This record gives sequence, structure tokens and C-alpha cells, in this order.
Amino acid sequence: MASAHTQALPRPTLRPRPAFSVRRWTEREGVFSWLMVIPPALFLAALVGYPFIYGIWLSLEDRPVAKAGVFVGLANFVTNLHDPVFWRVAQNTFLYTFAATALKMVGGLALALVMNQEFRFKNLIRAVMLLPFIVPTVLSTIAWMWILDPSFSVINWFLVHWGIANPGPSWLGNPYWAMFSLIMVNTWRGLPFYAITLLAGLQTISPELYEAATIDGASTFARFRYVTVPLLKPVIFIVTMFSVIFTFSDFQLVYVLTRGGPANATQLFATYAFDVAMSGGQFGLGASIALSMLPPLALLIAGMAWYMRGEKT
Amino acid sequence: MIVEKRGFRVRSLKLWLPLGFFMIFNLFPFYWMAITSLKPNSELYSRKIMPLVVYHPTLEHFVNLLSETSFLLWTYNTMLVAVVSTAISLIFGVMLAYPLARMKFPGAALISFAVAATYLVPQPLLFIPLADIINRLGLGDTLTSVILTYPTLLVPFCAWLLMGYFKSVPHELEDAARIDGATRLQTMFRIFLPLCIPGFISAGIFAFTLAQNEFLYALIFLTKTDVRTVPVGAIAELVRGDVFYWGQLMAAALLGSIPVAIIYSFFVEHYVAGLTSGGVKA
Repeated sequence: MASAHTQALPRPTLRPRPAFSVRRWTEREGVFSWLMVIPPALFLAALVGYPFIYGIWLSLEDRPVAKAGVFVGLANFVTNLHDPVFWRVAQNTFLYTFAATALKMVGGLALALVMNQEFRFKNLIRAVMLLPFIVPTVLSTIAWMWILDPSFSVINWFLVHWGIANPGPSWLGNPYWAMFSLIMVNTWRGLPFYAITLLAGLQTISPELYEAATIDGASTFARFRYVTVPLLKPVIFIVTMFSVIFTFSDFQLVYVLTRGGPANATQLFATYAFDVAMSGGQFGLGASIALSMLPPLALLIAGMAWYMRGEKT
Repeated sequence: MIVEKRGFRVRSLKLWLPLGFFMIFNLFPFYWMAITSLKPNSELYSRKIMPLVVYHPTLEHFVNLLSETSFLLWTYNTMLVAVVSTAISLIFGVMLAYPLARMKFPGAALISFAVAATYLVPQPLLFIPLADIINRLGLGDTLTSVILTYPTLLVPFCAWLLMGYFKSVPHELEDAARIDGATRLQTMFRIFLPLCIPGFISAGIFAFTLAQNEFLYALIFLTKTDVRTVPVGAIAELVRGDVFYWGQLMAAALLGSIPVAIIYSFFVEHYVAGLTSGGVKA
């Protein structure tokens, strides 16, 4: 940068123009940045961007596994619209997403409020509470599968033992109970994420605000309604967006617990697309089912990306 | 927070009762996993005896799991894949996050938008075309297939998390190094990145647990026993037809969860920092 010397600077015109140097070129901010960004950007373009476009192309083809596809235009989407299972799947997915997200939100907020008090072993309890979220989903779902087992369900053991029901519900065999069970297990897994994120949000709220509200005569509920909720809104918004996206496109839980059964009662978009493409061997039709998730999700993703971009400044 | 001192009853109603409920709800499946894996089959398949305790604990399920199945190989595969894809993701993550967080360049907004968008593209949207691409590349049934695809899930996340961290580091040290004649690359490696180790731990732990958790790609790309990961191996090989080997399944679930749980327990704070950075930090 500028030197502190008081002598006159040499006149720019007298200085010989330096020869082009790679080193000087790569030191330019824009050049250096792009050199850094290009390899990962190409990687993501090749393995996210390209498959995405290719998926759209596949959805327009009649494409049995390992054979050349035939372009059929929107025929796959038309097939879907006339497929009663497809509509069932759409209904299931919306119900699953809505119910599980609502439960995670309410439960997560409740847990966050409970944990926002002072108590002993707080850090330990917080760490342990997060376990459902960090343990690989498939492995914890195996435990749930056994908890909900048709013959040896531990829940039913107690229901029978206490004389509440005999036999207990067939948790995964009855269409309604199966959906209920999936929603519960999804809630179980996602709730800690809500709770810990909301707890972090709660801890950024200044205690003075609560004190001021109390002095002004606000009740506990009023403090929650007019201090906590408004200040927590951005966090709730982001967490909900994430949760909706990943619940809407859930695969693992359903695949492990019910495989979409009984009789498609718990089939979601992802598992149905998997069945059609992988088990049924119809790549084109499967791709069109997977792609049907996009319109509802795109609205959410666009909203979220826009929100995150706005937050960044 | 306002400390209310209205005695034990209020406190137990407001704190311990709900906390106890959530503790049981959140942890019961793990207790159940552990206890089932220790039960002999006679207790496992009895509807009469109290199921919450083990009367005659046995390690037979663990022994069978380790001797009759390829569980150890699956564990090795899972670890290898998780470590390599985490490393790749951290490197790519830095390459995206450093310029985006510390420099001005044309197109930066576009790149950061693209990273956010890829972060949010759910896997089920991509698995069918990816299955076809992996087949055409001849990568089916190789660990390379998942090592290559897992970073697509992890890079955007790492980049996003690291960007947040990088922005919080003051500029003075870098400026001083630049004035002293260090190149941009030297400044980044010698001065900047060593300041960001906590950020790398957060991103690394998070990416590692995500990689361990992945199921869909592994299920589709890995169909042979010796390349499987733990979740796919357990589901595909411990459930044979209608026969569930419950004891072994639970032993596998427990053993498969332990590495993640141990690593997590050492770095809880970093993990929570990573988890909450997306939602809480602007």
C-alpha cells in the first residue's frame, strides 16, 4: 500500500508496464476466487445439476431398466394422473408432512422451553436428548420396528397387561395405525433438532426483555406470546422449512417400517418412486413420480433460499 | 431468565415432569435396543414375562452377528466411506466458503445461491438418474459410488457452515500477512485456516454423522455383501424373507450406533454449534 515517505512518487508514465505474470494474475481477487470455486462447483454441477436435468429427461421417456428409452413426452405424467395409487401417495405425503411437522414444532418448542430453565446436568441432558437425531436413522428405526412388532410389541404388552386392549392395535398392519406409527417415529427422530435449535434461539433473547415485560404486568402467557414467539420467528421459519423439505421427501423410515404398506396406505412419493423404478424397473415412470415432488417443494425451496440470501447481509 | 422460587412443586411441574417425559420418549428405543440385544431367544419371544428387564443376559446375538455375518466388514466400509467423503467435503467446502466469505468477486451471489439450492435438493429427486449414471460409469457395487455421491449431500452443508464461521474471523491478521508479501494462497493456508479449526470440527462431525446416516444411495448402489454399509447390511441381510433375526438386528443397531455416539460425545458442543448455525446465526 501507500508508503509513508514524503518524497514525490515516481510518475506512473515512466514506469515500464510489467510483463504478464501468472503469479500476479492469480493474485487478483476475482481470479483467485474463481480458481478456488470452480472445482467444487464443477463437482456439484456434475453430480447434482446434471442428474437433476437428466432426471427431467428420464421422466419424459419410456425407459425399462437397461434398455434404450423412447421419448414419450408427458405420457408418464398423464399415467400418474390416472393412477389412483399416485393420488393416494400424494395424500399420504401431505398428511405425513403436515402432521409430523406440527408435532415436531409443538413438541420441540415445549422441550426447548423446558430446557431453557436452570437445572443440574443441563449440558449432559441436552447431549443425551439429541441422540435420536444423531444415531443413524435406519438403526434406530430397527428398534422401533421391534417396539411396534405385530406379536411382541412392548407397547401392546403393557396395553394387554393393564387390561386396556386385548389384543393391542396392529401398529404397522392396520392402515391408520401404520400412518400414525410413522408420524410418531418421524416426530421422535426430528423433535430433538427442533428443540436444540429453538433452545439456541431462546438463549439469544435478552433477559431484560422479559424483565421489562414483567414490570409492565405481562403474564407468563403474554410474555411467551409477545416476547418469545416474535423473536423466535426467524428460527422457527428456517427449522420448519428444513423439516418440511426432508419430511416431504422421506424415504428411510417408510422403507424400513412398512415398505409403503399395508396396501399403499403409507406409501410416500419417495418410496413409490423407488418401487416403480427399482422394483418395477420403470425408470421413466419412477423419475416422473419423483419429479412430482418438485412443484410443492420448489415453492418451499425458493422461499427458503430467498430468505437465507436476505438474511446474509 | 426470571428465577421463580415457589418451591419444589412448581419446579417439578414445570421442569422435572416434562423433562422426564421427554427423556423417556427420546431414550426408550435405545434402552429397548440394548436390552433386546442381551435377551436370549426364549425371553425375546415370550409374551408372558415382563419385557423391560433381562433375566438371563447373553452375548450370543453379538457373537452370532460377528461370526455369521459380515458385520465387521460393513463397519469398516461405513467408516471408510464416512471418513473419505467427509474429507472431500471439507476440502471442497473450504474452496467454496473461503472466497464466498472473505472476497468480492463477480458471480459470488450466483454461487452462494447455487450452494444453498443444492443443499435443499432432496435425495429422492436424484436417485433414479444417479442410479443410471453410476451404472453407466461401471461403479455399481463399488465403494467409489458412494464416496463420490455422499459429498454431494455434504459439500453444500459444509460450505454453508464454514461460511458462517469464516465471516466471524477478523481481517487484520490476513491484511498483515498480505502487506508482508504473502500470496493469497499462503495467507489462506498459513494464517487463516489455522484460526478456523473449531469450524472444521463442527462441519466435520456433522458431515461424518450425515455420511453414517445415509441409506438410499447405499441401498441402490451397493447390492453385494462385501461392499455394504451397516444400515444396508442390517436391513438386507438380517431380515431374510419374513424371518427377522431380532437379537442380531438389535445387536447390529447398537454396535452401529456406538461409533457415532462416541464421536458425538467428545464434540457435543461443536456438533450443537454446527446444528444451530443454520437456523440461529444470521
